[in-house]
Amino acid sequence: MAEEVKLLKTWSSRFGLRVVWALKLKGIPYEAIDEDLSNKSALLLQYNPVHKKIPVLVHNGNPISESLVILEYIDETWKQNPILPQDPLHRARERFWAKFSDEKLLPSVWGAFTKEGKDREEAMAATMENLKFVEEELKGKKFFSGEKIGLVDLVFGWLANLISIFEEVSGFNIVGEGYPLLSAWMQEFSELPVIKDTWPPRDKMIIKYQALYDKYHPAK
Amino acid sequence: MAEEVVLLDFRPSPFGMRSRIALAEKGIKYEYKEEDLRNKSALLLQMNPVHKKIPVLIHNGKPVCESLIQVQYIDEVWHDKAPLLPSDPYQKATARFWADYVDKKIYDLGSRVWKTKGEEQATAKKEFIETLKLMEKELGDKPYFGGESLGYVDVAFIPFYSWFYAYEKCGNFSIEAECPKLIAWAKRCMQKESVAKSLPDQQKVYDFILEMKKRFGIE
Repeated sequence: MAEEVKLLKTWSSRFGLRVVWALKLKGIPYEAIDEDLSNKSALLLQYNPVHKKIPVLVHNGNPISESLVILEYIDETWKQNPILPQDPLHRARERFWAKFSDEKLLPSVWGAFTKEGKDREEAMAATMENLKFVEEELKGKKFFSGEKIGLVDLVFGWLANLISIFEEVSGFNIVGEGYPLLSAWMQEFSELPVIKDTWPPRDKMIIKYQALYDKYHPAK
Repeated sequence: MAEEVVLLDFRPSPFGMRSRIALAEKGIKYEYKEEDLRNKSALLLQMNPVHKKIPVLIHNGKPVCESLIQVQYIDEVWHDKAPLLPSDPYQKATARFWADYVDKKIYDLGSRVWKTKGEEQATAKKEFIETLKLMEKELGDKPYFGGESLGYVDVAFIPFYSWFYAYEKCGNFSIEAECPKLIAWAKRCMQKESVAKSLPDQQKVYDFILEMKKRFGIE
C-alpha cells in the first residue's frame, strides 16, 4: 500500500520543525500543511480534537499528536537512520533530556524573553542553571546522541535558531561564552545537510518575535 | 550478574506508584527506599542532580529518572513478562499520547482542587471533571485502557485514584457521581495485586494532604 504521510504544522513552529527533520533524516516523503492558528482548519480540529494543536502527523489517515510521541512513532515505523538507540538505558537518557528541553529549558528561556523585573531575573537564573546541565551533557560528545544526531539533538534543535532571535530582539545575551560546547553544537547542528535550509525565514521570525516582545514589554 | 534494583520513592507520590506497579507487574524484586523530601538523601541528589525528585529507579547502579520514562524502561528491559506498551507503533503512540495527557492535566488540576478555594477551586473542579470525562470516553467499553489487560495508560493514571478521596473531601464533590465508569475501571485495577500493593490507603493520602495544607497555611 502506498504510504500517505501528512504533517500539519505552522511556518514557524519549533515543534513542527523537529518532525520535518525526522522525516527528512529518514527520507520519508510527506505533504506539509501549514496551519493558521488564529483560524484552525477543520482538518486540524478533526485530527487533534483534544489539544487542537500542531504538529499532527497523519499516516495513512491515522493522526498522531504531540511532537515527542510523533518522533518515537516515526522511529518505530521507519527503521532507517534511527533516532533512538537500542539500549534501554540510553533510550531512557534520551527521553529524559527530550523532556528536559520542553518542560524546563524552553519555559525558562521563554520566561527570560517575556517576563519583567524580578520574574525576569528568576527566569534568567533558571535558564543559566538549565543551560549548565545541557553543557555538561555535551562533554566528550559531538552531538547529544554521540557521533550522529538523534532524538535529543532534534528536540534541542530550537536552541540553534530561537536563541539568536531572542537575543537580537531583546538585546540580552542568553547563551554566551559560558557555554562553549553548546555554542559549538549549535553551529555543527545548523550546518548539517538535513537541518541547513529548513529554518523559517529569519526576517519573518524577527518581525514575529519583535511583535511578541513588544506585547510583553509595553513601552511605559 | 544479579540484578540490583532500587527505587527511591515517597509513599503518597502518584509518580512513584507508577514505577511500583510496573515493577510488581513484571515480578521484579527491588529495594524500596522511602525519601524524606524535606531532607533528601545524598543518594537521591547524586542520582537525580537535575531535578532532585523522586521516583528514581536505580538499576545496577545506573539511575533512570521521570516516572513514565521508568515505566517504559522497565517494560523494555523486562520485556518477556506482562507487556505494558502495545507492539503496534500506532497503538503505542496512542498510549503515549494519553499517558502524556494524564501528566499534563490530572496532577496540576487535582493539585489546584486541594490547594485553592472559592472561584479558583470551582474552576479547577470543573476542568478536573472534564479531563476525567475525557479519559472515561477514551476508556470506552474496554476493561482497561490497555484493552484486555493492564497497560501503560492504566499504570500512568491509576495512582491518582488513591488521591480521589482527598480531592473529593477538599473540593466537596463526588467523582463517582460524575464519572461512574471511571470509578468502575479504578476498582477493577485495584483487584490486581500489583496495583493494590502499590497504592496507599485513600484515607492516608487525605491525612497527608491535610498535613500539607497546614504546613503551607492553606485553609
